[in-house]
Amino acid sequence: MNSLIGADWAAWSVIAPLAGAVLAALWPRSGPLLGMVVSVFAVLVSAGAALGVWHDGPARAGLGGWEVPLGIALHLDGLSALMLLMTAVVGFAVSVYALAYIRPGSGRDKFWPLWLWLWASMNGLYLSGDAFNLYVALELLGLAAVAMVALAGGAAALTAAMRYLLVSLLGSLAYLMGVALLYASHGVLDLALLGQVMGDEPATRLAAALMTAGLLMKTALFPLHVWLAPAHGSAPAPVSAVLSALVVKASFYLILRLWLDVFPQPEGSAFALLMGALGAAALLWGSLLALRAQRLKRVVAYSTVAQLGYLLLAFPLMLAVPAAWHAVVFFALAHACAKAAVFMAAGSLQRSAGHDRLAGLGGVMRREPMTLFALGIAGASLVGLPLTGGFIAKWLLVEAAIQGQAWGWALLVLVGGLLSGAYVFRVLGHGFIRDLAVTQHHPVPALMSWSVLALALVSVALGFAGAPALELLTRHGGEGS
Amino acid sequence: MNADSPWLLIFILMSSLVPGVIIFFLGERSRRLRTTLNLTGAGLKLVLVGVLLDGVRRGEVYELRAALLPGVELVLAADALSLLFAALSAVLWFVTTIYAIGYLEGAPNRSRFFGFFSLCVSATVGIAFSGNLITFLIFYEILTLATWPLVVHRGTAQSLRAGRIYLTYTLAGGALLLAAIVWLSVLAGSREFLPGGYLTGLEHAYEPQLKLIFALLVAGFGVKAALVPLHSWLPRAMVAPAPVSALLHAVAVVKAGAFGIVRVVNDVYGSSLVLDLGLDLPLMALAVTTIIYGSVRALFSDDIKRRLAFSTVSQVSYIVLGVALAGPLGAVGGLVHLVHQGLMKITLFFCAGNFAETLGIHKVKGMKGVGRRMPLTMACFTIGALGMIGMPPLAGFVSKWYLGLGALQMEHVWVLGALVVSSLLNALYFLPPMINGWFGRREEPWPASHLDHTRFETHWMLLGPTLFAAACALGAGVLAGMALSPLDWVSFIVERDYAPEAGT
Repeated sequence: MNSLIGADWAAWSVIAPLAGAVLAALWPRSGPLLGMVVSVFAVLVSAGAALGVWHDGPARAGLGGWEVPLGIALHLDGLSALMLLMTAVVGFAVSVYALAYIRPGSGRDKFWPLWLWLWASMNGLYLSGDAFNLYVALELLGLAAVAMVALAGGAAALTAAMRYLLVSLLGSLAYLMGVALLYASHGVLDLALLGQVMGDEPATRLAAALMTAGLLMKTALFPLHVWLAPAHGSAPAPVSAVLSALVVKASFYLILRLWLDVFPQPEGSAFALLMGALGAAALLWGSLLALRAQRLKRVVAYSTVAQLGYLLLAFPLMLAVPAAWHAVVFFALAHACAKAAVFMAAGSLQRSAGHDRLAGLGGVMRREPMTLFALGIAGASLVGLPLTGGFIAKWLLVEAAIQGQAWGWALLVLVGGLLSGAYVFRVLGHGFIRDLAVTQHHPVPALMSWSVLALALVSVALGFAGAPALELLTRHGGEGS
Repeated sequence: MNADSPWLLIFILMSSLVPGVIIFFLGERSRRLRTTLNLTGAGLKLVLVGVLLDGVRRGEVYELRAALLPGVELVLAADALSLLFAALSAVLWFVTTIYAIGYLEGAPNRSRFFGFFSLCVSATVGIAFSGNLITFLIFYEILTLATWPLVVHRGTAQSLRAGRIYLTYTLAGGALLLAAIVWLSVLAGSREFLPGGYLTGLEHAYEPQLKLIFALLVAGFGVKAALVPLHSWLPRAMVAPAPVSALLHAVAVVKAGAFGIVRVVNDVYGSSLVLDLGLDLPLMALAVTTIIYGSVRALFSDDIKRRLAFSTVSQVSYIVLGVALAGPLGAVGGLVHLVHQGLMKITLFFCAGNFAETLGIHKVKGMKGVGRRMPLTMACFTIGALGMIGMPPLAGFVSKWYLGLGALQMEHVWVLGALVVSSLLNALYFLPPMINGWFGRREEPWPASHLDHTRFETHWMLLGPTLFAAACALGAGVLAGMALSPLDWVSFIVERDYAPEAGT
């Protein structure tokens, strides 16, 4: 029973934000306070869960003592522990930022319940070991995210939210059909059991295709990315940060989880190469869009489209080097911290200048050195410059590609880094233009600038977290160690 | 080994990093505090490097490790070669800081400038102390990041363009390096620099791979070392303020590239493996091409800073040539030029800055008669220029002498021809400014200068560093035979590198 300790910790990381969301909906005024309490709590329990996995290996637990197939199974391993930790750290910074960003009256009553609900559903997703519960978590996650996009108000935000809703529902629907197919042919929903009984029959293949396509849609992977930039670009900054850094990772996590633990490895390399090609296209096309965008938040949103392309490289790289997915997960961690920091910095600048047109932001950048500094180091992590998490992630990806002698993918990773360098420094360059007339400048609240800086520094600190993170990822698979 | 040894390296890095970060957050007006921080950091670094120098001579080992990934470590270590570079950076940073304080007096955004300036030096020192290729790459990329804001500092369309070109070249170079270094670590593990190289034995199984990796490494470092055809960012980066150009050219960026090539040839591949793989000739050809091409371009540049920039392109390749010769005497010539070129070039850039700031002279033609108005600066310029030409007994002569000996030792007589041609070209492009300065006559009066209120020919903070750098350049040549001169130290390094082969 000792091995349940990690899973017990983890269960709290779902219960706490869920309780927080309910309380915040009942007593809207206590939203900020509840948000802070949940954030601190989430960081603690996620760290506890990670420690539990580190020492005792993966664990499974029935929620409330009910075991599979009756109860809800929680499944905690290195991968889910890392995702919990990532969500907790980014979530903490975003919550502190939101204290100052979301002002009373401008949707604050709705922000906190939605955000905590979103948090609970993400953590639920990472811990579910059952295809149907995963669907529920996915659906809850999608609805919360859509509602948060709409928080900004105004026609643009509502249009973006509607589009997002459609894509999200379509994606979940495809996923649900896949689940139904699996249940019909195998009669179980537990992922571990499914992994054992599943063969390579047509129904399974169709289910795998449906589920993957639905999840790709939700992850905004090329060519299903068109909804992302308007949604992420028009939402309030903390929401954009959460969407870009965390929400898209959640659906990607599910793709990875299914292909690692459940679906049988497809014969031949066609599937992996297709995924890789989609990733490459996302990387190149997203970077080009980011290079051409004229508004700061659009640049950052397109950068997300581009960087999600790296995630798909897991599939072709795993053909030759089975452990290559570790590199991709580490990339996801690094990207989450850096991208959230960049979005928050963009939000600070937007708040300060009253707009986010790149051409007019230079003066404000100069007045807010701390925000610019944070933008710079988080940007460096996005580009993969040392000593950041992004650098280690890029190193791991290139290493996997070279080990597998997949020269094309190695080249792609490097070119992608250069392209991201181009758009990041294009943004930073505006801070150096001479003699800028500052038309409008509201000082950025201290809470906002400090939380951005702190998160940017975390993305640098990740540069030294490579070894433990990779070690944690080896705690994978069945129960016990 | 001393228990507190590794801390010295940390302190040396921090002595510029900490003041740099504090300066970022200082207001524009707190000039005195900023100056104090700058000078304290620079002075402290100088002292600490001195302590380290003494320790290394006594045979103490300084080393610091931190795991980045399983099997991949961040290693800081001080060996004789790293001290050569670190000492050069520490000395030149100190004088350039004083120079920059005088130069930028009253200019906007000084906090930002000095912040990045300090970061830049921290990165350079980090490069010096890097104990393996990945650590080298980390600091090399940080250097790119820290110098870009200095290049675009003026914020004009021209400087932003120069910054863009600079980044394009250096980031692409960094990507090549990353590929090469990861590849090497897949083949041979992520090992530390070792005199004589650590790849011997792999050449049977991986000959084509090793050749390709070598090419990638040289290309990656060659971007910053401004090897032709990867040089064109350098003349454009001249839009930066003069202290930046001085630092960029004499120490930080260009030398980082050259130093990388030295590390690769001496401590990764090892000169015998370079010879076995037949990599010495291509590298030599590349260096000689760059030397000649840079000199020819310098000849046709009328702008003083641009002429100096192309001269840098040419001169830095002497270092590459020296290590490419893959023999002990050539290595002495190349390594000693790392120091000599730094001292001479920084003198020349200080002089160019003095002329531009005091009298508004930017062109070679405009230098007519400047020797009467600013005799001290002109004298310094002359020392630097004659040294570059290779006039005995100045510093440049010592470098060229050993390069020539090295060429003969390895039986590459044609290299001697290249050295002669390049010295002739050097004379052709450095003599006109000298003749103009000393013997030319200016008809109209000199324009009034905003520095006129000073007692000397220009502001003392500009003049002092110039005189000091010129004195160093002079001393490095004239006193080359003394203990602890650059030549002496370099001979010590080369003996260590080539010791295993000494008997053959």
